[in-house]
Amino acid sequence: MNAAGTRKVGFDLQEGSDDNRFLVEAISADNPEAVVTSMPGLMRVQAPGRMVINRDSVEQRLGRPWETHEFQLAIVSYFGQIAEWDDDQIVIGWQH
Amino acid sequence: MSKKLSMQQRYSALTRGLDWTPTYVDAEQVYPYTRFEGIKVHDWSKWDDPFRLTVDSYFKYQAEKDKRLYAVIDGFVQGQGHLSLSDAKYVNAMKLFLQGVTPLEYAAHRHFAYLARYYDGPGPRFAALCQSIDELRHTQTEVHTLSSYNKMFGGMHSWPQQFDRVWYLSVPKSFFEDAMSAGPFEFLIAISFSFEYLLTNLLFVPFMSGASFNGDVPTMTFGFSAQSDESRHMTLGLEAIKFLLEQDEDNVPLVQAWIDKWFWRGYRLVSLIAQMLDYMLPRKVMSWKESFELYFEEQMLGGLFADLEFYGIRPPKHVDQAIGEKEILSHQVAWTLYQFSHAAAFTTTVPDAEHLDWLSEQYPDTFDKYFRPLWDKAARIQEGGGRYFSGGLPQLCQVCQVPMLFTEPGDPTTIAQRENLYEGERYHTCSDGCQWIFEREPEKYVQAWLPVHQILQGTCGGPTIPDVLAWYGLQDGDSGEYVGSLDQQDWQKWHAEIEVGS
Repeated sequence: MNAAGTRKVGFDLQEGSDDNRFLVEAISADNPEAVVTSMPGLMRVQAPGRMVINRDSVEQRLGRPWETHEFQLAIVSYFGQIAEWDDDQIVIGWQH
Repeated sequence: MSKKLSMQQRYSALTRGLDWTPTYVDAEQVYPYTRFEGIKVHDWSKWDDPFRLTVDSYFKYQAEKDKRLYAVIDGFVQGQGHLSLSDAKYVNAMKLFLQGVTPLEYAAHRHFAYLARYYDGPGPRFAALCQSIDELRHTQTEVHTLSSYNKMFGGMHSWPQQFDRVWYLSVPKSFFEDAMSAGPFEFLIAISFSFEYLLTNLLFVPFMSGASFNGDVPTMTFGFSAQSDESRHMTLGLEAIKFLLEQDEDNVPLVQAWIDKWFWRGYRLVSLIAQMLDYMLPRKVMSWKESFELYFEEQMLGGLFADLEFYGIRPPKHVDQAIGEKEILSHQVAWTLYQFSHAAAFTTTVPDAEHLDWLSEQYPDTFDKYFRPLWDKAARIQEGGGRYFSGGLPQLCQVCQVPMLFTEPGDPTTIAQRENLYEGERYHTCSDGCQWIFEREPEKYVQAWLPVHQILQGTCGGPTIPDVLAWYGLQDGDSGEYVGSLDQQDWQKWHAEIEVGS
């Protein structure tokens, strides 16, 4: 059994909009171990153990204010547990 | 007080802050249904909603999702989008989706509305309310999306009637009715956890990606729009199970038994999806086997169940049999649907040579050995001017209601059939998983409405196939062989017109 820190977590996001492309860029920048793969219509971002989405990073790339709730327009699915979702950050990881 | 509340403060104010404790009526009278299953909840305030969704942000983002979807549907209709599909055969997948899944969304809407009234805690009540509205939205968006296809293709004109009557649709219908007639926590483990968290990725993600790949942009868009809600529903399922396990150790065996039951019920239901991925998409995205390995074995068994082990939860009973079937499941279901599509609201045909080769590549250990010979034989019959349809009625599993088409573990050539005697009657199930479910609650499953039994009892319009099809509400062109069907003739005519016009 893998420890919580090594099992993968990740998001599947809709492909096609600039917003979502910037979102993936922000996630990749803040999570150096993140790997992005493509399927028709979809982008998958995954990383071992934990992944963070920072509002600041997304806003820098979008050039406009971004609420973390806007992530609901991009997300198709995820694996892992959402450990935190507040004004500044979304964190996904395994608990145990 | 600061000018602007943080997300956490807003969630707390608008959800927990609006709750009250009844004083002139006993709390157990207000919430009468959350105790009889034996689940012990000591502190509802420990329930946490990671999305911290409030009514105002819920409507804001749902409205935005709808706006995007309806713009896509408008563009599709105005741009004659039905002509840009990969092939008219593809629409069979959408027929099955509208007939089978859309009514489930509506059923989910109804039951979550009920739970939004009856859970004791304000956190789960509000989560159930949002989900109830989501599910109604999904019903509407799916009907609207598919109505543009309904104008052009057969099989989609009477789906609510079909859902109540047609034999293969009793599989999804009985699944949900089983859950809706269980207690409130079992429903949550059944639908939110076992179906939505464990299995829903298998349904929506590769299939909607497949819609994209086959030129079906509206379906991809409603699929992704619905699935983005699904990520909240998955969170509800995961939060529910962790909440129940943390509240009391006595909850652990109850939750485990529900996971064991509802994993298998859900897995049998998605066998219809397995054949959609492998047989109904003219352009392939991934095979059922790849999809199962990625979305179930890697993400759920490797990721989630390692987390749940902390609470003493083990992977679902009979999961090894599901893993063992990944090489054969889609082929066995597709072959059955091929034989019975004269009585279905979609058409089937023999996969073409390129498709068969793809299946050989994807399933090197099983396809050429067990399944290709069946399709070759069916192709020879069709080349000779015939078409093989089964003349009989299949025996159905008393629990999952799928025809007895599954085989013994490790032996793809021997049909599995289990039997039990209950109060002097003999009942049959398709697998160890379904038999185990039957034996736990025989008094529930002996009441199953089995379409084949009903036909034989004379309650389905009459004794002949045309009688039964009329009772189903099917019309000419809905059923049978795809080659030469009305859908194919129309498709060829439309494309010939484009050629002439260009």
